[in-house]
Amino acid sequence: MQMDGGRALIRALEEEGVEVMFGLPGGAILPVYDPIIDSSIRHVLVRHEQGAGHMAEGYAQATGRPGVAMVTSGPAATNIVTPLCDAYLDSTPLVVVTGQVPLPAIGTDAFQECDTTGITMAVTKHNFLVTEAQDIPRTVKEAFHIATTGRPGPVLVDIPKDIVDPKNPRSAMEWTGDVEMDLPGYHPRTGVDQSAIEAAADLIRTAERPILYVGGGVLKARASEVLRKLVELSGIHVVTTLMARGAFPDGHDLCLGMPGMHGNFTAVTAMQEADLLVALGARFDDRVTGRIDGFAPGAQIVHVDIDAAELGKVRRPDVAIQGDCRVAIEALVAALAAGGVGNVDRTAWRSRISGWQERFPLTYEPSAPGDRLKPQYVIEQLRDATPEDTIVTSGVGQHQMWASQYWNFEHPYTWINSGGLGTMGFSIPAAIGAKVGCPDRMVWAVDGDGCFQMTAQELVTSTVENIPIKVALLNNSYLGMVRQWQDMFYEERLSEVHLSQDVPDYKAWAESMGCVGMRVDSPEEVPAAIAKANEIDDRSVVIDFRVAADEKVFPMVPSGAANSDIVVPPSQEDQER
Amino acid sequence: MSAGPSKNRYHTLVVTVENKFGVLARVAGLFARRGFNIESLAVAPTDDEDLSRITVVVDVESAPLEQVVKQLDKLINVVEIRELHPDHSVERELMIVTVMAEPDRRDELVEHLDRAGGKVLSVGTDAMMLSLVGPPARIDDFENLLRGYGIIEFQRTGRVALASLDGPGD
Ligand SMILES: Cc1ncc(C[n+]2csc(CCOP(=O)(O)OP(=O)(O)O)c2C)c(N)n1
Ligand SMILES: [Mg+2]
Repeated sequence: MQMDGGRALIRALEEEGVEVMFGLPGGAILPVYDPIIDSSIRHVLVRHEQGAGHMAEGYAQATGRPGVAMVTSGPAATNIVTPLCDAYLDSTPLVVVTGQVPLPAIGTDAFQECDTTGITMAVTKHNFLVTEAQDIPRTVKEAFHIATTGRPGPVLVDIPKDIVDPKNPRSAMEWTGDVEMDLPGYHPRTGVDQSAIEAAADLIRTAERPILYVGGGVLKARASEVLRKLVELSGIHVVTTLMARGAFPDGHDLCLGMPGMHGNFTAVTAMQEADLLVALGARFDDRVTGRIDGFAPGAQIVHVDIDAAELGKVRRPDVAIQGDCRVAIEALVAALAAGGVGNVDRTAWRSRISGWQERFPLTYEPSAPGDRLKPQYVIEQLRDATPEDTIVTSGVGQHQMWASQYWNFEHPYTWINSGGLGTMGFSIPAAIGAKVGCPDRMVWAVDGDGCFQMTAQELVTSTVENIPIKVALLNNSYLGMVRQWQDMFYEERLSEVHLSQDVPDYKAWAESMGCVGMRVDSPEEVPAAIAKANEIDDRSVVIDFRVAADEKVFPMVPSGAANSDIVVPPSQEDQER
Repeated sequence: MSAGPSKNRYHTLVVTVENKFGVLARVAGLFARRGFNIESLAVAPTDDEDLSRITVVVDVESAPLEQVVKQLDKLINVVEIRELHPDHSVERELMIVTVMAEPDRRDELVEHLDRAGGKVLSVGTDAMMLSLVGPPARIDDFENLLRGYGIIEFQRTGRVALASLDGPGD
């Protein structure tokens, strides 16, 4: 069938099962926006292209399906670089389509020309500059295949205007319906090496102090259920990294919660003291390991990852298993079921763990009567007042760490945040994307006042497109996490971290964007405000929680320190470790 | 990979890539952003017009070879990577050089050149242009020797390599 490239592009996206895309049109992508009018694909018009990228990420993380964004050339392409990098570091499957100046204009510094594939080469799993209309269907197919298989990640497809513009003869193409991919260098691993599985099972059988170190790869592989089988069969404790919160339920007896720089004492210390770490889809990130040469010094390592380059990148594994986490964990379960789980007595280890849990729970000083509201208290109240399957997104900073620490994640895909890149402004657009993907679920964005001011305009998108989300703004009037570092490591010399609690007027700003705005100053008002927000489902809601400015996130492993030098809150300083 | 790693600082990788626009930039960009140092790099199309062959000599003091190989392998356009062990491969490099050659020193220079197996490409009033193809070490030696005459302009291609047909190479 004769077709033009623009129509073929939309048709190819439809054939990939795309139900929604996030974007904003402009000159170079104009011809592709015309067929969108007649397409089954919903287009969500954003207010800034960064928002489109983070929405696509939120959608992808909530649903497991690839997120799709479409923007024009030049400044729009550069505006979406941050979400691409964010998705790259967090292995989130995205397909981003960018417009490009017509082929003959490429390289001439034409209006709104930028070298999009050059700029995004380092922040995408792969990118394409399509030069023939005929190649569009195949390239789209390849883009989705690459984004969603192996280690997932963002793929960018750059489309010069002339090959999609029906007025240009270069856009003529023949739609054939079946296209073959041509990726001779891309063969994502599907199986696992059975002998490595057996070797891992042997280490598990004989370990005295084993820990399952669960990372985001378990969620990507949709392996939560089989992980649970592994835990219950082996009786081994689990830590879930910032990218894996919810991959194993916090309420389970064997769940120790989050490790790392702001992990809880028990999770950090149990890893540190372990004699076996079974890393599942985790990458020994510096925020988890602390100073690497002081990390888990007595532990042997089993490392499962789909990406061969992660195996041995940071810490040399004793057993390396390249493969999909679900396939590998299933194989491990089978090996342990067949050959037994060993008979090491781990009573002493379990009692050390429960001792740490008793002596070093997550804690903060509750507000005394008349005191400022505590941010941790807001998270606890929110957690207790919302359904268990609520999706929580977050920005980056202290509020992110408190949300991760104090929430109880009982289900996978209920926690969506920017882990690897640490992108301020992530939460609101990510929440909108998650809500589009899961319209029947409650979606709360936990945000900071600094972050809010970076992407709040997407609340206009939420209103106009009728995608109601809820925002818990922990307004401490500071770039709080930076202030914490200045307090602790720069002798309280505060430099350029003060925002203002009153400017902007968040309630009025929210209302001006069509949301319900509320302001909460005291602990007593918190439950009612949350209850009211939870009842509203036809509009977005923003609650400006005006919280104490000088709270710190504890525990903390200072940057560059070993995890054994974890700093506990003042109330626990005298506890015996 | 064909042979076990050698203990040398420099390792030769033969990387077969899709012959597409921008692929060299992807390879070079990867080396730059991961901090992998390269000693030399030579690229040309192969007998299959869809593929190009990159011979890259990696300095493994900057990063373990295993990481370099695994990261390269993640590039979608990289089709195959082989390490060539120096004992089981033939490596060649081409040098062309313009060197000072006063008439009274020419005979001696040409004698050295003959012994190394090089060629005279052209002769000027007080300079000569020479070429030499050979294993990289021989090129190094000849380059050092020429310094005594005064090098005016000089270009090496970087090495290219093939696995030996059988048994150890030269
Ligand atoms: C785009 C971006 N710029 C700067 C930073 C550095 N940074 C990390 S946390 C933070 C403070 C965030 O402030 P806020 O949103 O108010 O959160 P809080 O820490 O106060 O909870 C900053 C500036 C970042 N992570 N991202
Ligand atoms: Mg703040």
